[in-house]
Amino acid sequence: MVVDERPNATLTTSSPAKPLGKYELSHLDALESEAVFIFREVAAELERPVVLFSGGKDSIVLLRLAEKAFRPAGFPFPVMHIDTGHNFPEVLDFRDRRVAELGERLIVASVQESIDKGRAVEEPGENSSRNRLQTVTLLDAIVEHGFDACFGGGRRDEEKARAKERVFSFRDEFGQWDPKRQRPELWSLYNGRIRKGEHIRAFPISNWTELDVWQYIARENLEVPEMYFAHRRQVVERDTMLLAVSEWIQPRAGESTYEATVRYRTVGDMNCTGAVESSATNVAEIIEEVAATRITERGATRADDRFSEAAMEDRKKEGYF
Amino acid sequence: MELLRLATAGSVDDGKSTLIGRLLFDSKAIFEDQLASVERASVQRGHEYTNLALLTDGLRAEREQGITIDVAYRYFATPRRKFIIADTPGHVQYTRNMVTGASTADVAVILVDARKGLLEQSRRHAFIATLLRIPHLVVAVNKMDLVDWDETCFRTIVDDFSAFSSSLLPVADVTFIPMSALQGDNVVDRSTRMPWYDGLPLLEHLETVHIAEDRNLVDMRFPVQYVVRPMSEAHHDYRGYAGQVAGGVLRAGDEVVVLPSGQRSTVAGIDTYDGPVEEAFTGMSVTVRLTDDVDISRGDMLVRADDEPSTSQDVEAVVCWMVDQPLRHGGRYAIKHTTRWARAMVADLIYRLDVNSLERDDAATELALNEIGRVRLRVTAPLMHDPYGVNRTTGSFILVDESTNVTAGAGMITSD
Repeated sequence: MVVDERPNATLTTSSPAKPLGKYELSHLDALESEAVFIFREVAAELERPVVLFSGGKDSIVLLRLAEKAFRPAGFPFPVMHIDTGHNFPEVLDFRDRRVAELGERLIVASVQESIDKGRAVEEPGENSSRNRLQTVTLLDAIVEHGFDACFGGGRRDEEKARAKERVFSFRDEFGQWDPKRQRPELWSLYNGRIRKGEHIRAFPISNWTELDVWQYIARENLEVPEMYFAHRRQVVERDTMLLAVSEWIQPRAGESTYEATVRYRTVGDMNCTGAVESSATNVAEIIEEVAATRITERGATRADDRFSEAAMEDRKKEGYF
Repeated sequence: MELLRLATAGSVDDGKSTLIGRLLFDSKAIFEDQLASVERASVQRGHEYTNLALLTDGLRAEREQGITIDVAYRYFATPRRKFIIADTPGHVQYTRNMVTGASTADVAVILVDARKGLLEQSRRHAFIATLLRIPHLVVAVNKMDLVDWDETCFRTIVDDFSAFSSSLLPVADVTFIPMSALQGDNVVDRSTRMPWYDGLPLLEHLETVHIAEDRNLVDMRFPVQYVVRPMSEAHHDYRGYAGQVAGGVLRAGDEVVVLPSGQRSTVAGIDTYDGPVEEAFTGMSVTVRLTDDVDISRGDMLVRADDEPSTSQDVEAVVCWMVDQPLRHGGRYAIKHTTRWARAMVADLIYRLDVNSLERDDAATELALNEIGRVRLRVTAPLMHDPYGVNRTTGSFILVDESTNVTAGAGMITSD
């Protein structure tokens, strides 16, 4: 990982945060309260929501926020995972264990099934990504189950198209996002009105950063899959990313594999998610590392976002997460 | 650490993108891959310098047209505070975007080009910030390097602004900062070239401006958002009213009135996932249990007996219009106020306001896109409301076009 050596004027001249006053919320408490409000607002205004869960850190935080919003009752919606068939096995184990602990209902929608049914066509090329194909599976699952709202763990700091997306993001009957015709969103007055066949994507942690997510994981003592922590793994370097050697990733001519101490900053498919060199073995060390890093998490780890300046915007228009 | 929400208004010409770029860069919130991608894009487009606007102009259409269309949200933190910037376009045809970004802001930064002085655009921005009751305004007098760091030039803008703002509504706390975003003077570091300025640089001001007092901690308002009923063996009789405190402090044992029904009860307990709490204050999301079995549903409001809001089907408000189809006398819309939906009819368009001259046009018959005016609404259900100046949550509403479901207007309730 790259650490910035630039002197940081802010860090050296600024005194530490002053203690909070009696009726002040910390930034994590304010973000949590906002997210809980969003969860309850969707549950109150829409008929059939679903929360998307990938087993990654952002969706782990989402599930805790849903507990905060609805306990002692159960979630007023199921949990859904879009399984690409290229997931890290430890993430699937983690997913099943976490949902069982919560006592909630899990729906798994499979990209492989979409391909087998002829709904989706594998992209050509060696180890092609199933990232875009997830959109087909997701939209089909939305129709099949009649969902009218999907909670996602998208954050505005991740990517520049997401930076413009609403908390309640309207999707038309084709599941498409139209960035030019977004509904104005003022105060906390979210507009969840839709017609049949349309749906809302709701992003309770829109205003969180990667650092906020890790600080919250630390505060809430949340378990995350082991791959987020530094471990030894056989990797191959490709397009300046470290990819884990697996069923889908084998060295090509001219490439060599080696063992490195790495961790993952995001959880995605095995064939398009890169690892970063790191020695962080616990959440506190990850927080230190994230605070010092100079590369965004998607830039460091996602081959799928490197297609063009507008890769995310284009995928989102099609109905991506 | 506290969270501060910031809205910035100005055009690219005022150096707004440069300013935001510098705040983000100096606080390490711009990453190397983002910068590299902006540098690549700038070269490809033939720009002579790295165009930091490309960082915030996230949409394809924005980059194609070289303009900011929509509100972009940006995040940075210092050891003292975490900041959320709502970066809004400055042109008059994007007034609705500025209103959107300003709706939740604690601080507005209005950029003024030192060479040009106080233009119509700056006045408009100040007016909107004041209308939206942003408690703190910063007038950033930028490009001081191009006027030779001249104090007189700065003072003229301060005087012009002060003269203008005295004609506005009760104005927020205003701070004037002379700066050069390009050269970094008075953004993060104190400028050595303007010894006549004894105030803080922008970042230090943003880190220390006192925002805790801005919230209304006096008048307790709890709009019921969601009823938690577990329907399980373990919690058979549990019935909790979930919501976010919109004003004041709610305590266990408080006697409360349920509006609009007027029934009375007592707070039996305030629950959170992390256990019961003795009190809940503005901004907290909690679940309230009452001692009596009263009929309460989403959209109702718990308040204290001796401190009730106005409850009425008739409200007057200043509305900013956000869609092409104009607002007209007699128009009917869906209205959302706190957690309550109802329908509203425009009983009267009292006047339209010219956002540049602030002149009132009493003869206006409609409000077009990006226009602002005062209306009287008749609502199908009573709204439990406070003036917007007293409480931004219980004083605001949106109007939704029922044929398209699009948010058509934003309203701020005026005091009677």
